[in-house]
Amino acid sequence: MDYIFDGSYSGYLTGLFECFERSEWDATPRSAAIPQGSLFGSHRVITTDLTKAKRVQTGLMKQLGAKDAEAFFHVFLSENPSAWTSGYKLIQQVFKGRPNILKNFGEHDVLYFVKTLKQVNRERHRMKAFVRFSKCTNGLFFATVEPDFNVLPLIATFFKNRYADQSWLIFDVKRRYGILYDQTNVREVHLTTTLAGGPSAEATSFSLDERDDLFKRLWKLYFQSTNITARRNLKLHVQHVPKRYWKYLVEKN
Amino acid sequence: MERIEEKLAILADAAKYDVSCSSSGSRRRNNGGIGDASRSGICHTYTEDGRCVSLLKILLTNHCIYDCAFCVSRRSNDVRRAAFTVGEVIDLTMNFYRRNYIEGLFLSSGIFKSADFTMERLLLIVKKLRLEERYHGYIHLKTIPGASEELIKEAGLYADRMSINLELPTEAGLKMVAPEKDHESVKKPLALIQNQISTYKAEKKIIKQVPSFVPAGQSTQLVVGATPKTDFEIMQVANTFYQDYKLKRVYYSGYIPINDSHSLLPQIGSAPPLLRENRLYQTDWLLRFYGFKLEELLDPAHQQLDLTVDPKLSWALRNPQFFPVDINRANLKEIIRVPGIGRQSAMKIIHARKFGRLYAYQLQKMGLAFNRAKHFISYADAPFILGAPSMETIKQAILSESTSKYASKVHTHQLTLF
Repeated sequence: MDYIFDGSYSGYLTGLFECFERSEWDATPRSAAIPQGSLFGSHRVITTDLTKAKRVQTGLMKQLGAKDAEAFFHVFLSENPSAWTSGYKLIQQVFKGRPNILKNFGEHDVLYFVKTLKQVNRERHRMKAFVRFSKCTNGLFFATVEPDFNVLPLIATFFKNRYADQSWLIFDVKRRYGILYDQTNVREVHLTTTLAGGPSAEATSFSLDERDDLFKRLWKLYFQSTNITARRNLKLHVQHVPKRYWKYLVEKN
Repeated sequence: MERIEEKLAILADAAKYDVSCSSSGSRRRNNGGIGDASRSGICHTYTEDGRCVSLLKILLTNHCIYDCAFCVSRRSNDVRRAAFTVGEVIDLTMNFYRRNYIEGLFLSSGIFKSADFTMERLLLIVKKLRLEERYHGYIHLKTIPGASEELIKEAGLYADRMSINLELPTEAGLKMVAPEKDHESVKKPLALIQNQISTYKAEKKIIKQVPSFVPAGQSTQLVVGATPKTDFEIMQVANTFYQDYKLKRVYYSGYIPINDSHSLLPQIGSAPPLLRENRLYQTDWLLRFYGFKLEELLDPAHQQLDLTVDPKLSWALRNPQFFPVDINRANLKEIIRVPGIGRQSAMKIIHARKFGRLYAYQLQKMGLAFNRAKHFISYADAPFILGAPSMETIKQAILSESTSKYASKVHTHQLTLF
């Protein structure tokens, strides 16, 4: 049974709530935004209900503690329907009185879930490392990224704490939204086609600070100078910095 | 090219032989300024040699009054010299940091005029970063041997990590290539800082508001392959330093020949001993995280590590009486000694077996190197073998299956004999 939800985490959890209501244990979560699955198979359209989602979330926190409960959100951000399904199966187990199920590394769903979790967290870590800000004349630091998974929600706090005294914008090119920090709060910003003023106008004027180019040059120079030619190991280099990230890295351009 | 670019090129190049680039282990929070130190550390990029770039690693200057044969910045070497001003280092650090290029600063220096004069200058930079720029990111600072106690103690209040390199593992080796230096000048400040760290830690238990002192601890570096020292001698030194000074890390740096002037050192063009370096790191990890004792891995009768197999496998092959380890019953300490099983997979096994006996198909998916481990473990459906196979057979089986990235290197080593 396909459960078609609106693509939000609240929608995902609402679906889970409803599969308990109906005892439909074969529920397979599908996002309305990603059309797939069989056209003729049975499906149910889930209407996001914040109260239901909240109840599932509270229940998870109670059963598993904050950290493991959050793991389901991380896996959700993988945007991978198979991992979503594994998540459903595991949450069902948790609420059926097996809260330690996540430690059963001998089982397929657990392994798949943990593997996806690791991938998402690796991507989050990469984004902490690979974001490269450019400085604008108005003092805003902005960066464009294209992460494999939708990890911007997972790095917002990190950047907020670290770069507390500078405004910054990190924009996900693939998913066409960004996170903007104005030295007080982080909020989501979306690209609008009409640029008639509004809060996003400040983010669209990108004229670079006069010294920005100098520091880009210096960084590239540093990157080359700190390399030891006698130890050259390109395989390892590419393994750590996969080519798909290169176009956003100053030192690889 | 602007002068600042030229300086950066020279002073980054001169600093790169210091291999430490870790930015982990500190827990500095952003306290009304910019930056924090992430506990796990972050590698922002990797150079083409595959090494992590986490910190802006530079020398303040490569002018030096010493003439150590292994060092590129030694007095008698004919290289371009440069020196940053205090302001330049701060400007570079802050602008790189604000663009998320780096995790922090690794500041070292050649010794100009005197140890105290150099240390004072380094201290001035870190102090300005912390107090004027309100920078709370990571700082790794070199302790200058011979600098006065007061300066070192003050620097420790601003740095996250401090280090002094031992470079040559033995006093005799050091005297040979750097007659002006001795091990004592390294040990003394290491002990001083360690002493301070424990004092501050003890105070922290009583009073809450104690400033942090070198929160990410100390490290040192040993050069491998510059002088003919055995792996046993190197690891003995490392082991002693871990114990005596509670070091966070000992780095092993395969010697890269930088000049032909000293007849006792390897000449330019000879390849750095990368595989040997790797085996030393593996041994280091086994000592620190896998509960091995040095005598189990190396002893006067086995002074060199086996290059063809890793040290854990090598130990296992020498100790057949320890195996097979029963995955479904053995404790963590026993399981992590199995070749092919690391700490993480061992923990997974411990958790998973609570749900039922583990079979091969489960172990194969858990992330351990099953093809290697299978020779040393028993599990629910392990094949029953009459009489244990010889360890030599197992070694050959493992070697024939593995495609080591170093395979070609081991081979060329053998070829050079002819």
